[in-house]
Amino acid sequence: MSDHDHDHHGHHHHHDHEHSELSETELRVRALESILTEKGYVDPAALDLLIDLYEKKIGPRNGVRVVAKAWSDPAYRERLMKDATAAIAELDYSGRQGEHMVVVENTPEQHNMVVCTLCSCYPHPVLGLPPVWYKSAPYRSRAVSDPRGVLRDFAVTLPDITKIRVWDSTAEIRYLVLPMRPEGTEGWSEQQLAELVTRDSMIGTGLPKQPSEAA
Amino acid sequence: MDGAHDMGGAEGFGPVVPEPNEPVFHADWERRAFALTVAMARPGGWNIDMSRFARENRPPEDYLSKSYFELWLAGLETLMIERGLVTREEIEAGKALAPPKPGVKPIAPNEVTPAIRRGGATEREPKQPAMFAVGETVRMKNIHPVTHTRLPQYVRGHLGTIELNHGCHVFPDTNSLGQGEDPQWLYTVRFDGPELWGKDGDPTLSVSVDAWESYLERT
Repeated sequence: MSDHDHDHHGHHHHHDHEHSELSETELRVRALESILTEKGYVDPAALDLLIDLYEKKIGPRNGVRVVAKAWSDPAYRERLMKDATAAIAELDYSGRQGEHMVVVENTPEQHNMVVCTLCSCYPHPVLGLPPVWYKSAPYRSRAVSDPRGVLRDFAVTLPDITKIRVWDSTAEIRYLVLPMRPEGTEGWSEQQLAELVTRDSMIGTGLPKQPSEAA
Repeated sequence: MDGAHDMGGAEGFGPVVPEPNEPVFHADWERRAFALTVAMARPGGWNIDMSRFARENRPPEDYLSKSYFELWLAGLETLMIERGLVTREEIEAGKALAPPKPGVKPIAPNEVTPAIRRGGATEREPKQPAMFAVGETVRMKNIHPVTHTRLPQYVRGHLGTIELNHGCHVFPDTNSLGQGEDPQWLYTVRFDGPELWGKDGDPTLSVSVDAWESYLERT
């Protein structure tokens, strides 16, 4: 949880101590998996499938589809704001850590940001597993007291008069931010609009790309 | 519990450091620790509130020095040892020393996708009407349970406004202890920045938590 942990997560380990610490955990997890397999509590093939699901199927591209559809289809947007769980299920996304969804809409007057100060609650079906920074102490501590400072860490500045609304996910309700559709995208297709939606814009720590930044 | 996990408003942790093009997992052991934890919940017989408590219920220095998936691993070991699924000796030895606990059935590969897509809804049928109405002002109780709770310290004692009513949901404080689901009305309660952070708090800020009815009192 500390800055020190970024080293654990990084790809480069500069000194032996950290290297051996990592290996110890690696060995501990391997041993645990073999104990649980030997005892017949887990099937390694099921573990492989679980990992594959979270690495390949469940990720922010799902949320991108939800947002792009909401931007281009007013009736869908209305259903999404009224019953997000059902509207998201229309696109075939549902389940673990997204059982009770609420979508919160950014406007020129109000910017929304989502956090879980107590652990790492995050809407998996639409955004996947949370990034390290979302689970880290710096974000969890300051998102509720100094969200403008947190936004500066993401190089985002909002007008002083824009209200900031922070949603602390302390129960099983999961929040997805519906960012504002960028100006200059009139007549764009849903597929074109999808190019502008970023993961962070759906958490509230970022803004969508501008049309000039589209790939 | 008022543990190190309850971080809202704490100072001194430094800036948020986003990682460009971050992978889902940063090491193979993270993949396996994650999958083991998810796959063991049903055979192990614990619920999400028990697993959250197993991760947070540790000395602050231990909580703060472990990475996220190291906490998951530590939580998983605790949950399994508590239930006699494995022993501490087996974990330290890195091999099975005792026969398995009988009757524990693993998740089969063909159950994985349906189980994840189904998830575990926490909403339950209400047994009594909601005590608070949307728009009403409430005070968060100043309580300090020594066991699992989802009432963060930074809102305790403060005045907020009921903004949403989410229906009745499983109550983590009892569910984490195996004392039943005790479903309660769940509300989004919204606070003004200065109410939480004092007169110098950002007046353009408002923060909400999702709070079960027994966390709230009338003003």
